[in-house]
Amino acid sequence: MHADLLPVALANYVALSSVIFFIGVAGVVLRRNPLIMLMSIELMWNAANLLFLAFARAWLNNAGHIFAFLVITVAAAEAAIGLAIVVIVFRSRANVDVDEIALMKG
Amino acid sequence: MTVAFWILAVLLVASAICVITAQKPVYSVAGLLAHFLFLAITYFMLSAEFLAVIQLIVYSGAILMLFVFVIALLSSGVAPFAVGPDRLPKIAAPAIAVIAILLGFVAYAVSREPAVKPSLRGIVSGPVGTAGVFGSVADFGHALFTLNLLPFEITAFILMVAVVGVILLAGDHVPYVPTRRRARLVEHDMREAIVRAGEE
Repeated sequence: MHADLLPVALANYVALSSVIFFIGVAGVVLRRNPLIMLMSIELMWNAANLLFLAFARAWLNNAGHIFAFLVITVAAAEAAIGLAIVVIVFRSRANVDVDEIALMKG
Repeated sequence: MTVAFWILAVLLVASAICVITAQKPVYSVAGLLAHFLFLAITYFMLSAEFLAVIQLIVYSGAILMLFVFVIALLSSGVAPFAVGPDRLPKIAAPAIAVIAILLGFVAYAVSREPAVKPSLRGIVSGPVGTAGVFGSVADFGHALFTLNLLPFEITAFILMVAVVGVILLAGDHVPYVPTRRRARLVEHDMREAIVRAGEE
């Protein structure tokens, strides 16, 4: 298996990744629950990672793996900070609806 | 292999849709967990062994558990999260247009043949983890700790900044007082205490 090229054509991975990415975009745009929005952002990170790994496999280049690893690290940091923000917002008010949180609006 | 890919693709999309349509965040987490499991299998199929394991350990093990903890913390004893009215009608038309344009661009981009075909020289079949086999942990570690050592070190800095930020955001707030002024305040308090003790 290792010496083969991709299991299917690269275009299929690109299409799959774009579909998952846009599902994530839809989640961020449509949902009001900040936790589900954060999870949709995770979906988008992972769609990008899938693309990195598919291209790494297609070109037999390790760089995509390294980049996906760094992306996972940054995603972990982002999730931690995002969840901390959700927690403090929830502490200050009983309701977590992102449309009502307009403190930073100019 | 092709059949496996399509089954995985359907499962990945279905679980992603579960994540964004679930009414309760816990169900979203369950959908995301399934998504990550299928994604790890896909990574294995792309012979990214280390990343598949990391996907399971870091994402499913650490990040999703963080989500579960926050949900447990926030939904204990207080009102559940707001659902709110649907935002779909307002943005449906422009969103569909943008997504169609972007997906069309993707389709155009991938329909073009790559100028240079990747060569298979130097790639050999072998057991999992053997150096020299594409995607092996040995090769990944070698690439990470030689050519990409600086980015790897910078991730440590990023994680440290994130930890400090989270502590500052969510921790108990102690008002900041400069050291010299704090010392003066302590001295002042002590003097007052001594004076009070003398009066008594």
